[in-house]
Amino acid sequence: MRKTWWKIIGVALVFYTLIAGLLIDAPRLAILNETIRAMHFHVPMWFGMVIMLTASAVFSIRYLRTGNLKYDTYAIELVNTSILFGILGLATGMIWANYTWGAPWSGDPKQNASAIGMLIYFAYILLRNSITDPQQKAKIGAVYNIFAYATLIPLLFILPRLTDSLHPGNGGNPGFNAYELDGRLRMVFYPAVIGWTLLGVWLTELRIRLSFIKSKIDEED
Amino acid sequence: MIKQVVSIFQKEVKLEWRNKTAFNGILLYLVSTIFICYLSFNLKTGQMEITTWNALFWIIIVFANINGVAKSFLQEGEGRMLYYYTLCKPQVILSGKLIFNILLSVLIALIGFSVYALILGNPVSNYIYFLLTILFASIGFSGVLTLVSGIVSKANNSTALMAVLSFPILLPILLMSVRLSKNAIDGINISLMNDKLFTLISVDAIVITTAYILFPFIWRN
Repeated sequence: MRKTWWKIIGVALVFYTLIAGLLIDAPRLAILNETIRAMHFHVPMWFGMVIMLTASAVFSIRYLRTGNLKYDTYAIELVNTSILFGILGLATGMIWANYTWGAPWSGDPKQNASAIGMLIYFAYILLRNSITDPQQKAKIGAVYNIFAYATLIPLLFILPRLTDSLHPGNGGNPGFNAYELDGRLRMVFYPAVIGWTLLGVWLTELRIRLSFIKSKIDEED
Repeated sequence: MIKQVVSIFQKEVKLEWRNKTAFNGILLYLVSTIFICYLSFNLKTGQMEITTWNALFWIIIVFANINGVAKSFLQEGEGRMLYYYTLCKPQVILSGKLIFNILLSVLIALIGFSVYALILGNPVSNYIYFLLTILFASIGFSGVLTLVSGIVSKANNSTALMAVLSFPILLPILLMSVRLSKNAIDGINISLMNDKLFTLISVDAIVITTAYILFPFIWRN
């Protein structure tokens, strides 16, 4: 993971998203109008968050299987970055909703579900902080993380489909097929997802290295 | 193995039977909450709007459940846990506790419903589905709360943590049951309810399976 090429790709893709997402011709749709460009910044946050939370749950499972504290550090730092992505996703969604739905919070099931998801992972952090013994903290944290992930999936992918919603992408796959994603949007959207996710992974990697260094310093003291 | 499960279950029932304060405590909690709601809404019987009736009912049930089921591992001392550990498998302990908690939870919900209906009026029209919702919601609640109480018993500041950790995880089940019971109250066509009921059952299945997989890890210390 120390190689530089993927970081360069990530930064390049994010810059491409910033420039192309704001400048390239977008389809004219009623009500949405230019706000459709929010898709390049809002939707990738959720993609990135779900990808990183999945990775975090996988690392928690690996921690429980091996007992290696390294994996637990991976899991917690991935959750930290996911929370950042989640908050950004909520914020961008609220800005967008303010212009298209007329209010930043209008009880949309997806909006509610993602807010609940945030609460679950805040609780995870709280739980970890309330345990002092590192092995115990890692083990209990991993168990809660996996359990939380198992309930998050129905929350994000099943419940919103059962109710009607104004959210684009409803009636089918949440996220895709949104407004008959046309070629011009696709050209920015897919790179945006990859770029933001790589940026998230880079952030996480830095935090992981920082926490390894910290624990090494603590050991020497 | 089944014998062991039965004896754990019997032990829980006996403990509860001899020490009735716990159950009476929940009962009193339930009745006084319902009465407080009745007084604060300042209504005559049967005047409450159905949506409010429904939401209030489930909120009361969730709080009573958290109070009632939470203690399942919190009441066990450190020494007694160690004693169980030498006797049987973690799955056996979980099964015993889970069966007892499901029973307790159903009982809480049924008593809660009868008192609630008596004081605040009873708009339910499809009893079969209403009771099925109560049953499967109780199974889900006790599945989540049993595992979370196992997790919390290993952490320090137990009581506050219990609510914070279990709330967001309970929410998917709670939302499904609120919707289902609203449908049962309105008495809409059964074919429209079956879908939601199956979703609720599958969420229950996810919760209980993950609880069985994860419990051995918090158990082994």
